[in-house]
Amino acid sequence: MTHPVVPIKTYAAVFGALLALTITTVAVSKLELGEFNFVAAMTIAVIKGTLVVMFFMDVRRATSLTKLIVGAGLFWMAILFVFVLSDYASRGWLPGPRWF
Amino acid sequence: MGESEATLAVHEPDLKHHFDDSAQQFQSSTLGMWVFLVTELMFFGGMFGGYTVYRNMYPDAFASTSHFMNVPIGAINTGVLIFSSFTMVMAVRSAQLGQKKVLIAFLIFTLLLGCVFLTLKYVEYHEKWVDHHIPGPGFQYADTRYFHQAQILFFLYFAMTGMHAIHMIVGAGMLIVLISMAARDRFTQAWYTPVEMIGLYWHFVDIVWIFLFPLLYLIGHTK
Repeated sequence: MTHPVVPIKTYAAVFGALLALTITTVAVSKLELGEFNFVAAMTIAVIKGTLVVMFFMDVRRATSLTKLIVGAGLFWMAILFVFVLSDYASRGWLPGPRWF
Repeated sequence: MGESEATLAVHEPDLKHHFDDSAQQFQSSTLGMWVFLVTELMFFGGMFGGYTVYRNMYPDAFASTSHFMNVPIGAINTGVLIFSSFTMVMAVRSAQLGQKKVLIAFLIFTLLLGCVFLTLKYVEYHEKWVDHHIPGPGFQYADTRYFHQAQILFFLYFAMTGMHAIHMIVGAGMLIVLISMAARDRFTQAWYTPVEMIGLYWHFVDIVWIFLFPLLYLIGHTK
């Protein structure tokens, strides 16, 4: 009602890309890449998530306010992970009792 | 409504008085839905955070569990969910074009794919039950070194996929409501907001699975 209708071709292309990336993530997990297995899996998941958010959820054409809310949500997630990991990663740096 | 009184402003039937126009009304709905989805993101974020902490503490134990996950079913279910997101977006498109029959067909298709996902999930849960991989008194693990630590992963597995499955069931219920509304001609080309909003919810649940699949099934598949 506010945007022109998206051609089926666009949705089909996104669908195809998502399927291809799913196959890629399974294939990459079978390779021995050490730490990069996790990096590769998460990179692919983020690309897939971004495709869904931008095209299927139509955030690319949403209002600035909606984009701000989406961005704020992701920023808060980043706070959660950065603070939690900085806590656990830095434990043991100082002398003292360890509880785990 | 007192539409007959000449003093009332004339507007589209589905436009509420406190909005300037349909576009503004639609944008407000989208914004509200996204605020809800962000709370959902925070909700799942807590579990993803817990997962991150324990995977960092016990990387080897977590990696050892991938051997017992049903990767083919997990991968097929990922495809099924992506396919259902595609049919959902096609349903929204049909609503935009005012194609009632196509809309209903795509909604039913989406619902069926959701049921396929849940059925495959049931098969996996049953497999875990048979293998004694349900955390608790009956838990058994091949590698006894990781008995306690692997149990944490299986606890997270059931908490996260279970919460995801509950969201799928709720989504399926809402799809039934949409199908019934569409059949009763509640949607027009000018107003199909519920289809669009449930679509956003459905895609969100899809994204959660996109992250759950590599994190729960493919941790240590190379080993």
